[in-house]
Amino acid sequence: MERTAKVVGSPVMKKDAMALVTGKPVYTDDIAPKDCLVVKVLRSPHAHALIEEIRTEGAKKVPGIVTVLTWEDVPDKRFTMAGQSYPEPSPYDRLILDKRVRFVGDAVAIVAGETEAAVDRALKLIKVKYQVLEPVLDFRTAKDNPILVHPEENWRSLCPVGADNQRNLCASGCEKDGDVEEVLKRCDYVIERTYHTKANQQAMMETFRAFTTMDTYGRLVVTASTQVPFHVRRIIAHALDIPKAKVRVLKPRIGGGFGAKQTVVAEVYPAIVTWLTGRPAKIVYSRYESQIASSPRHEMEMKVRLGADKDGIVKAIDLYTLSNTGAFGEHGPTTVGLSGHKSIPLYAKAEAFRFTYDVVYTNRMSAGAYRGYGATQGLFAVESAVNELADLLHMDPVALREKNMVKEGDYMPAYYGETAASCALDRCMARVKEMFGWEEKYPVRDMGNGKVRAAGVAMSMQGSAISGLDVGSVTIKLNDDGFYSLMIGAADMGTGCDTTLAQVAADCLCCDLDNIIVHGVDTDISPYDSGSYASSTAYLTGGAVVKTCDTLIGRILEKGAEYLGVSADQVEFDGKRVYRLDGSGEISLKDIGNRAMCSNGYALEATESNTSPVSPPPFMVGMAEVEVDLETGAVELLDYAAVVDCGTPLNPNLTRIQTEGGLAQGIGMALYEDVTYSPKGQVYENSLMQYKIPTRQDVGTIRVEFESSYEKTGPFGAKSIGEVVINTPSPAIASAVAHATGVYVRELPITAEKIYRGMTSR
Amino acid sequence: MEITVTLNGKRLKAEIDPGELLLDFVRRQGCYSVKRGCETSNCGLCTVWLDGTPVLSCSTLAARADGREVTTLEGVEKEAAAFGRYLAGEGAEQCGFCSPGLIMNVLAMERELSRPTEEEIKEYLAGNLCRCTGYMGQLRAIERYLNERGGETDGENG
Repeated sequence: MERTAKVVGSPVMKKDAMALVTGKPVYTDDIAPKDCLVVKVLRSPHAHALIEEIRTEGAKKVPGIVTVLTWEDVPDKRFTMAGQSYPEPSPYDRLILDKRVRFVGDAVAIVAGETEAAVDRALKLIKVKYQVLEPVLDFRTAKDNPILVHPEENWRSLCPVGADNQRNLCASGCEKDGDVEEVLKRCDYVIERTYHTKANQQAMMETFRAFTTMDTYGRLVVTASTQVPFHVRRIIAHALDIPKAKVRVLKPRIGGGFGAKQTVVAEVYPAIVTWLTGRPAKIVYSRYESQIASSPRHEMEMKVRLGADKDGIVKAIDLYTLSNTGAFGEHGPTTVGLSGHKSIPLYAKAEAFRFTYDVVYTNRMSAGAYRGYGATQGLFAVESAVNELADLLHMDPVALREKNMVKEGDYMPAYYGETAASCALDRCMARVKEMFGWEEKYPVRDMGNGKVRAAGVAMSMQGSAISGLDVGSVTIKLNDDGFYSLMIGAADMGTGCDTTLAQVAADCLCCDLDNIIVHGVDTDISPYDSGSYASSTAYLTGGAVVKTCDTLIGRILEKGAEYLGVSADQVEFDGKRVYRLDGSGEISLKDIGNRAMCSNGYALEATESNTSPVSPPPFMVGMAEVEVDLETGAVELLDYAAVVDCGTPLNPNLTRIQTEGGLAQGIGMALYEDVTYSPKGQVYENSLMQYKIPTRQDVGTIRVEFESSYEKTGPFGAKSIGEVVINTPSPAIASAVAHATGVYVRELPITAEKIYRGMTSR
Repeated sequence: MEITVTLNGKRLKAEIDPGELLLDFVRRQGCYSVKRGCETSNCGLCTVWLDGTPVLSCSTLAARADGREVTTLEGVEKEAAAFGRYLAGEGAEQCGFCSPGLIMNVLAMERELSRPTEEEIKEYLAGNLCRCTGYMGQLRAIERYLNERGGETDGENG
């Protein structure tokens, strides 16, 4: 059967759309049993302390309180909350509750009770005597600091990532190709700059939450707002030190994730309560908790050295990244890698590169996964350095990029040695230049009223799934009347993968989208999938759908042939029927489905797993126009234009929304969002009042187009879209501001104050 | 204390704690469309109508609703679906968590403003945060909805 894209590439509505827009109770807290115990966490007021004594008698006496747990009540077995494939690169440095607290907001005790009022009262009655310790707050002084964040003996690193808890190192390493120092010596121009990105919050509208119950078989059922149901199962089992067979994880509708929910931030607390008490329990993080004790982007400081010849050919890139993983190492060893792997390869003419990194523990909130996952930080640094190089050479930064950018067929030594088999970055650049009006807007226009308008550009790449590691699987079953069930383990968190995966299945099986029902995720039922992260679902799980459909079609042919009384090589399937090639007979899919329910020993279902030896990068170019008030430094984003190569867009509406949404988050990172700390280590931006995610009045006009390449290893030519889209705003806007004012802001966010100080200090 | 509220057209008496927020009260009554996204009146997810006017139910005491009419998305499901189809037609509901609050304000805006400009739309809805969409798809949906329904509703508007 020929595979043609009909439903794929069509802007169909999400399958769950009408339930969502009519406010149906489909999210975790909407479906939690009404008799759930309310679970809350007592949090440390100190950045670093040892609990000398903790008294809970008063709290336990509060009417309605069912249990109060402290470090003495939990398994002394370290685990990681990072939702990654086992063995996780993130070190095993967590206990559910620990005697040592490592940041302001770290968990001290768990309280569960029948009402929120009782729990709130009990939290106030827990008496804790702390031995307050000196914290490590500055990540620049953390490595080899005599104060250790994790001195404990049962700290473990499962993978060779250069971790050493006796040096506050969560990871360290160096990768190179060629002799960077030697090439730099030969360059006409060498610039060296240091850039600093902050710990942004994903700020998904639905905060962290989960509820837990015991089932008929004495197993723990965890319903969680998560991107990684199968990783949650393993992590809960590790944390509670119980067999994985005792845990079942369900994922309902999710109110946004963006990587935040790739860390098991909240699930362990109700889980241990239910496991110990047998009673249903739930936790719903407040926005305050989501701001101070969650899983934000890793703060990074990056030193970039770029060498170029007089024509602007980039010959060498030397990048050192210092990453702040905070109190725990979730995603620390892996995010840092992307800061080099997904920035350096954009420059294909480089003869040598070196990428060195340290990831350090500090007494700050633990970092985690946030859309872009280190690439965002690395691209701010490398793309900014390239923009500064262009300005130094008095070259148009677009022209400089056109000379250097990676093209289809180029070998990428800094990208795991892969080749850019599908790449329309050059076409993205040409198109965005035209739709943005680069020639008119670059570099700067004086508006004659004390304000200037200026333009900046940046490129971006990401991956499509983790090559050679992650797994996507689906099961498809043919039912009576010929409808299909598509069982997935990938987590739709609003992104729409329930729909896009069904689109792929519909075209593979030559049927209408409505003929496919989707079910996900239940770890007892869904086939194993690593989860929705690392830009994997469309590419990897989409590929699993194609494979599974092929297998299932083979089975349908077998069964149809049997019913027609011939061998399978004498029949064909067209989506609606199995028919004899000689035209002498046929049986409809409906009849096959119905007939197979009686006297049949051959299951009409298939499961296939998919993994990929490559991680084909999507590419993108973004251009920003800003208006800056030269008197005050106030900056307004007027226009953002972007063109993306994500291979074949499976659903143009959803790829567009992913792009616009990612750009808006990137704009927030560039201009507004910051996480700062008091001298004692308390987060200042502890609400959406202080942590300013963009409103619809802050994002200017965002315009998006697509220039598709065709990725042969992806389903219908698709690559990923989810993450590549967040990376361009910071460097593009920083460069536009520099063109407007001459001030290069190298520490995000780019605020009026920093611009003003830059202008006045010259 | 006891309050009497007309919730989505149904009169009901209920026992409340004097400090109970309207958000928690309506969810307790089964109106799960109403979401909490923050505690600081920033996000707009909890928007309901009190006597027809949008309010943030996270910062309104349930006691304030005594003797008044409270409307949640459940009470205007038909209208919500009518606009919601435009939103979903753009893929702009995404995770959907902010959709109910947004829709309550879009429907209120439709009543209050006759043919709002893009700037007026952005200003009216500035208090409805969304982290998924970047707002552009919502704007396209709102403009299409208002344009295509404009003919029918023009006479009733402000």
